[in-house]
Amino acid sequence: MNLEQLPHLQQLVLVLAAVVLFTSFALLEQTRLVAAIHAFAWQGVLVALVTAVVAVSGGYTHLYVSAALTLVLKAVLIPWMLHRLVRRLELDRHSDPLQRPALVTMAAVALVIFSYWLVLPIVQQALLFTRNIVAVSLAVVLIGLLMMVVRRQAVAQVLGFMSMENGLFLAAVSATGGMPLIFELGVAFDVLVAMVLFGVFFFQIRESIDSLDVDRMNRLTERGDDA
Amino acid sequence: MIRAAGLTVSLPLAGALLLALVRQLKAAGWINVAVSGLTLTAALAVAVGVAQQGEIAGGGLRIDAFNVYLLVLTAFVGLTTSIFSRPYMQHVCNSGRTTERGMRLYHVMFQAFMFTMLLALSTDNLGVLWVAIEGATLATVLLVSLYRTPEAVEAAWKYFILCGVGIALALFGTVLLYFAAQHVVSDPATGLNWSTLYASAPHLQPSIMGLAFVFLLVGYGTKVGLVPMHQWLPDAHSEGPTPMSAVLSGLLLNVALYAVVRLKMLVDGSLAATASPHLAGYLLMGFGLVSFLVAGLFLHRQRDIKRMFSYSSIEHMGLMTFAFGLGGALATFGALLHMLVHSLTKSAIFVTVGHATHISNTQNIDHIRGLIRTQPAVGWGLLLGVVAIAGFPPFGVFTSEFLLLSATMQSQPWFTLALLTGLVVAFAGLFRHLHPMVYGAAPEGQQPVTANMLPVLVHLGLVLWLGLSIPAFLASWLDRATGLITGSHLL
Repeated sequence: MNLEQLPHLQQLVLVLAAVVLFTSFALLEQTRLVAAIHAFAWQGVLVALVTAVVAVSGGYTHLYVSAALTLVLKAVLIPWMLHRLVRRLELDRHSDPLQRPALVTMAAVALVIFSYWLVLPIVQQALLFTRNIVAVSLAVVLIGLLMMVVRRQAVAQVLGFMSMENGLFLAAVSATGGMPLIFELGVAFDVLVAMVLFGVFFFQIRESIDSLDVDRMNRLTERGDDA
Repeated sequence: MIRAAGLTVSLPLAGALLLALVRQLKAAGWINVAVSGLTLTAALAVAVGVAQQGEIAGGGLRIDAFNVYLLVLTAFVGLTTSIFSRPYMQHVCNSGRTTERGMRLYHVMFQAFMFTMLLALSTDNLGVLWVAIEGATLATVLLVSLYRTPEAVEAAWKYFILCGVGIALALFGTVLLYFAAQHVVSDPATGLNWSTLYASAPHLQPSIMGLAFVFLLVGYGTKVGLVPMHQWLPDAHSEGPTPMSAVLSGLLLNVALYAVVRLKMLVDGSLAATASPHLAGYLLMGFGLVSFLVAGLFLHRQRDIKRMFSYSSIEHMGLMTFAFGLGGALATFGALLHMLVHSLTKSAIFVTVGHATHISNTQNIDHIRGLIRTQPAVGWGLLLGVVAIAGFPPFGVFTSEFLLLSATMQSQPWFTLALLTGLVVAFAGLFRHLHPMVYGAAPEGQQPVTANMLPVLVHLGLVLWLGLSIPAFLASWLDRATGLITGSHLL
């Protein structure tokens, strides 16, 4: 497809989707928690923007609701909750550098390429102009997963989890033009409850191991049973 | 009749809300039992309705022969577990392992969990199914860390993160499913309804359905406890309160497997005309067999009694997954029966294990000794439970495992060898630990506890009955479910 021949709004969607992917990389590389939360909030804003622009250019009215929901939940509410938790846990100045930043970045790049390869059958089938960003959304999901693997800090892992949710939402918008509303509301509810529970867990973890470095939770291995 | 179905789902929700307000612990325990009893009554009414009409649908719910038996089973195990948990949790609270607030949380979340299970089983919408199964994680995760020990918090975190990731992948699969449906189903609002999708399954794009199934299998498979996504399961089972282990093993794993089988039916319909019509079946067989064998080996090196039985759950879920993958009327019938008897037996075992750990004040297998001497009811309960779960005649697990072996012999003879090896390995693993626990001398000063063995008696009695003779109504019930899943009948 020739990108220059697309209407401007659709080109805008593609650009915004690319920036969403960029924020994923930014999130992965952040060493300071507060900066990572900001990166996550920006990702939420961008996902909401993509949704809104798709709604305008494709004429999907129900997507306006989804866009508003995402903006409130992912760009405002969850970052605000995380920010408050980080302040209450006195982790504002906490930094958690990646062990091998170059390797992690290369892995993320490999995941992007893998996503493009994996979604080929969908891209061929898709009716919507958004098919180009299905791969981007899968890449955001997988980079979120990668972040949960390489980060040892509980708050950073939650950011990875929430970023996966962003990717999934983007997938729903780009592949199908939005899922049925009842489903989206259910998912939003689950995400919100999950966020509240994560907050509870931060305190429980700190109480039990005196830090939020989840690598130090290693009592339950197969060999450690007798401990 | 659809009203009874709605009632079955909404009663636990109402119960959870009510229990959030009740401050008296004693009353909360009884309310928990009463709500579970009413839920079972409603579920039985639904079962009668389905027996008469064949299928009930409406209001987003849809109940046919396949999910109705799981609905009754779930409500039944919920009731017996709530009967067991009333005095048990009282004991836990009195011993200071949890606070009164923890107890309230426990009762609310127990009913909330039942709500998500029953909703997942009875909904027709695959999106709601996803939301309900994710909701089940959210309801149980705080219960796993109820005792607030470092181990419990670690187990809960692992459970939360692993199941969260798994379920996120399942969500991607659901999105792909909806994407495939868009080309076929005209009304977008029904695009996630299982019945609509099943009716148009042959027209769904096979390449997308195959990809979707991989994501869905990995996602829901995490919940089933399939190796290698099983890591959360032994931790969550061993660190959470015992009634939770009973319902996790007896119900949650079943419901997740139910979701996988429903999705397999769609994928099979879509792939029927392609070069690889059995893709979904082969995937299930592979994951199932690996889980079955690996969990059997892990049984040998366990030192924690609840951990050991959670590996036994993984083993049995692996066997069922394998059987559903094998397909065919005989294997499917056997797998459905196995789901039933495994749930009943495993929850009975966890109830007994709960009492055993109270007697000896530890979950460490090396320190649980002489149960029969100290308290014959608990000792014999554990012994008979393990005999049943290991697949000895005349218990029902023997019947279902025999059916599964015959089915394997019929269609994939070489796998029989692997299955038999796995069964022997698992049997040896269970019994080498069991023997010193029930026999042998009791440590000095070991006192019996007040134990309510009624749930165990009822469960094992039912399993024994199913082993001796499967009642005609149940057989025809399972056969109708088999007909739904495979398209061919056994009886």
